[in-house]
Amino acid sequence: MHPDAQKIQQAFPEAVQSAVEWRGDLTLHVKRDRLHAVCRYLHDDPGLDYDYIVHVSSVDWPDHPERFEVVYEFYSIRRKQRIRVKSGVPEDDCVADSMTDIWKGADFMEREVYDMMGIRFRNHPNLVRVLLPDDFPEGYPLRKDFPVRGKGWRDTFTFIGEKTG
Amino acid sequence: MPQPLEDQRTTVYKVDPEHPANPTLPTLRTEEMMLNMGPQHPSTHGVLKVVLALEGERIVKATPVMGFLHRGVEKLAEDGTYHQFIPHTDRLDYVCAMYNNFAYCRAVEKLLDLKVPPRAEYLRTIVAEVQRIIGHLFWLGTQALDIGAMTVFFYTFRDREILLDFFDELCGARLTTSWYRIGGVERDFTPDLVEKLRRFCDYFPPKLEEYVTFLNTNRIWLSRTKGVAVISAEDAVNFGLSGPTLRGSGVDYDLRKFEPYAAYGDCEWSVPVGKNGDTYDRYWVRVEEMRQSRNMVKQLLGKIPDGPVMADVPSVTLPPKDKVFNDLASMIQQFKLFSQGFQAPKGEIYCGTEAAKGELGFYIVSDGGGKPYRLKIRAPSFIHMGAFDFMARGYMIADIVTIFGTYDIVMGECDR
Repeated sequence: MHPDAQKIQQAFPEAVQSAVEWRGDLTLHVKRDRLHAVCRYLHDDPGLDYDYIVHVSSVDWPDHPERFEVVYEFYSIRRKQRIRVKSGVPEDDCVADSMTDIWKGADFMEREVYDMMGIRFRNHPNLVRVLLPDDFPEGYPLRKDFPVRGKGWRDTFTFIGEKTG
Repeated sequence: MPQPLEDQRTTVYKVDPEHPANPTLPTLRTEEMMLNMGPQHPSTHGVLKVVLALEGERIVKATPVMGFLHRGVEKLAEDGTYHQFIPHTDRLDYVCAMYNNFAYCRAVEKLLDLKVPPRAEYLRTIVAEVQRIIGHLFWLGTQALDIGAMTVFFYTFRDREILLDFFDELCGARLTTSWYRIGGVERDFTPDLVEKLRRFCDYFPPKLEEYVTFLNTNRIWLSRTKGVAVISAEDAVNFGLSGPTLRGSGVDYDLRKFEPYAAYGDCEWSVPVGKNGDTYDRYWVRVEEMRQSRNMVKQLLGKIPDGPVMADVPSVTLPPKDKVFNDLASMIQQFKLFSQGFQAPKGEIYCGTEAAKGELGFYIVSDGGGKPYRLKIRAPSFIHMGAFDFMARGYMIADIVTIFGTYDIVMGECDR
């Protein structure tokens, strides 16, 4: 097991569900209610020192009991080490804790996850859509039940020169 | 029946009817003003809208409004095979298409655990560094133009044109190149192309000195870049900035050195790092990077190894083009790869690449099928926009153009 994973597992024995190393990437699966505490530890502990936020992402697994997965990736510039932390989010309680108080860069990244996948973040300062229009009525496009062509909102637009009615 | 609007204008200046040119000034009314900038402003590098809250000419809050160029690239990726996504990556950062291809192909190769032949690695590195020079020349020209120094624009675009012609001969396109392939590159350099690049390597350094002289002796350039859009190293890291924007603040985070890939380990070069974290330092970093890139290209051109330019893994990589129409097995291979794709192993990877604008990363989740189950693009421009408000507060309205120029932002990549 990777020494970092071991260290985190010792600090949070009840939170870490699995630690996988594949193709050189270290992935930790963490319980949702402890995700913020684990990330705080990753950032603040001088032996881990994950000071750089790489990306925040999300995956939709429609058949799983915990449908969504929120994925954080961090990097330690001093130690040149990368880690991925993720946790499952069920559909009926689609909320995760925001990391904006630890990494300011998480602000826009979490907004994008909300915009695309509909996962809400607790304690986020400004959780509104970022790429799609504010009045986008079709839901969250990166969910697997969203058709690639959209749900028809675009067909209701009128264009300049087009006859209306 | 619509009601007439109430006149809400308040008198600020009382004009003395006897001396109309000499208004008596009462206490000036101050209030915050909202100003929309963009999305069609010429210096917003595409379609970025910024809502500015102003107090006089000072920026109190700057809210970027994005998404005008959103095309759902991540959704489209889930609908096509791995090979079919390569042309989509051209349209992310359309100024540096080669680097996007590179970043994507590297990510898929990491997912497949595919080894690329050394000759292909060298060609990839050379072309990537040429693309970096193009990206930085483009930035230098447009940033100078936005700030008011027009001359540099013409010169940098002239040199950029030489390199775009090189791309044209290499792959048939100037901007949307799609030259990289999973497992190698589409075609080899011809001796003529190598000679062209050699000539450019000799031609470029004195020209670059000339542009730097233009700008470093320009008082307007200096006063409009020094001390503008300052961000400390700690904040820059906390925001997740990358590339020259981060290195200008004195952090030597460069994936080419931190996780050496392709042929970056085989040549001598250094990472330029700024001190003050202002626009001028980022400009200096980019100019220095162009010098380093030119040196890298010159070194690597001298020692390109012989061999194939494409890995030979028939289940994944494409057959050589000249065989496709003459050899039945190759034709079937080509057909199968483009109609069904290849089965990637189940798993997830993240692979970051140091593009001209910053760390361009691809996070790919595979469920074992022929299409990416989820493909997330870590676009540096988008993440840089997250720090925009933080960096713009307190500056004058005239600086706003400098501030979003300083990231080298491209909206195609930001909105995806």
